[in-house]
Amino acid sequence: MEYFIQQLINGLTLGGMYALIALGYTMVYGVIQLINFAHGEFFAAGGYIGAIVLAYFAGVGYMESHPIICLTASFMIAMAYCAYLAIGVEKIAYKPLRKQSRLSALLSALGMSIFLSNGMMLTQGVYDAIYPSELFQGRFDFGMISVSYLQVTIVTLTAALLVGLNILVFKTKIGMAMRATAQDKTMSALVAISSNRIISLTFAIGAGLAASAGIMYGLYYGSVKYDMGFVPGIKAFAAAVLGGIGNITGAMLGGLIIGMVEIFGAGYISGEYKDVFAFIILIAVLYFKPTGIMGENIDDTRV
Amino acid sequence: MTQPILELKNIHSGYGSIKALKGVSIRVMPGEVVAIIGANGAGKSTTLMTICGIIAAEQGEVWYDGRMINKVSPEKLPTLGLCQVPEGRRIFPRLSVEENLILGAFYRNDTEAIAKDIQHAYEMFPILGERCNQEGGTLSGGEQQMLAIARALMTKPKVLLLDEPSLGLAPIIVQQIFDIIERINKEDGTTILLVEQNANLALQAAARGYVMETGEISLEDDADALLNNPKIREAYLGE
Ligand SMILES: Nc1ncnc2c1ncn2[C@@H]1O[C@H](COP(=O)(O)OP(=O)(O)OP(=O)(O)O)[C@@H](O)[C@H]1O
Ligand SMILES: [Mg+2]
Repeated sequence: MEYFIQQLINGLTLGGMYALIALGYTMVYGVIQLINFAHGEFFAAGGYIGAIVLAYFAGVGYMESHPIICLTASFMIAMAYCAYLAIGVEKIAYKPLRKQSRLSALLSALGMSIFLSNGMMLTQGVYDAIYPSELFQGRFDFGMISVSYLQVTIVTLTAALLVGLNILVFKTKIGMAMRATAQDKTMSALVAISSNRIISLTFAIGAGLAASAGIMYGLYYGSVKYDMGFVPGIKAFAAAVLGGIGNITGAMLGGLIIGMVEIFGAGYISGEYKDVFAFIILIAVLYFKPTGIMGENIDDTRV
Repeated sequence: MTQPILELKNIHSGYGSIKALKGVSIRVMPGEVVAIIGANGAGKSTTLMTICGIIAAEQGEVWYDGRMINKVSPEKLPTLGLCQVPEGRRIFPRLSVEENLILGAFYRNDTEAIAKDIQHAYEMFPILGERCNQEGGTLSGGEQQMLAIARALMTKPKVLLLDEPSLGLAPIIVQQIFDIIERINKEDGTTILLVEQNANLALQAAARGYVMETGEISLEDDADALLNNPKIREAYLGE
């Protein structure tokens, strides 16, 4: 039982990160029907920016005295950086192809992914960038179950970001405009909504969320690497498909499910296969229910 | 002499190799109701989409409120008071009725006035008030047309372009819609350019009319004169 609960918490931590990444896939797909294969790179870039910022603070000795401020700053800088990076990527690699076939944009996305990943390798090196390990060392102990402060921080922050995104998309005027743009771009223009701006905003939000997940990943696993966007990127994509691509609530749910399945699969079946479960789910969903759990029929949370 | 508030000068436009408009010239004076009638595929919707910049004019000029708007981006035009209710209503299907209305006021920041205008829309179309939280896509055709007009009014238009508001609606609903159109014109002084296949209806509502055939204006006259024109009666009024 303790083991089960422990795993549940681990699954929540990992699943939350997948959910944060999956949102970028699903929102971009919702608005321009593109699978942004470069999305995993924003996750990796966020992880790097976090490592750089935290290393800087540690270097000047600010980290021990003000850990919360340092962490907040690293999140804000990484999220902002990746948001602008994504806006740039969209303008350079996708916007010129908007009127072309979907395949050309898809290939452009693949190219962008390779370009960004190699860019990180060239500028940051092929070795792991280490995250400071002294952050949030303590643990809460409840009998046999123990949860690290770090896990609590990650889960809380993830929850806050997910709630924030829901409010933005479903309660604000700009969120309405986003959903309207996803539904009918011509009509949106006729009510003064600029689809270019909404598309930029969508990329920015998606990349910002992925960047936050990148830092969480670095904090949780201790380091980041230039190619770390690849596997979690595909798992998050599987999560978005599982939830019903284009559906925001679906992406959140899908992320949690993939995270849980991975942790429980590794714990109860075999750790060797932990990366396989997400792909099995992806294939099964595509085969049996391509619209995903929230797709088409239960569809009021599509963008 | 007053200037037209909307004027098309020798407009050519189309879809790639398909030339849908071949030199269309139209003038609409402030406060007027003008109708464009014509058969399927004549180019009526293309005309409205070209005015709104959704389809680029290949040749010719569109003038609105004293400036040439060919190069103005489509999403700018509603903020200048030029708004279209497109063919097929194009309600945002997965947004609620109220959200559709709020988006009509997307560019506006006057929160209180927006709330008042929404209430006004609900007074004008009580059914929309009853359905305010329902998704737009679940409304009936008539309700969607009402919502489309109400949403357009939220942009505070000076000129309202209406594309086939009667399409697919029961006669009693059509009458209701046309009463509202008349009210918008009389009470708010909104200029209206009305596209219709239902020529009888359109020419009764309008002061002047244009007849469009295969991308060209074939006739232009006062609405009454068109209604009494034997050729028009034969071709468009089913006699
Ligand atoms: N998206 C499009 N792509 C290619 N051709 C188009 C497109 N839309 C319209 N056309 C063509 O342009 C011409 C004018 O069409 P338009 O829709 O403006 O006609 P309309 O007068 O509005 O007809 P209706 O009364 O049926 O709405 C037609 O020949 C039509 O086939
Ligand atoms: Mg038409």
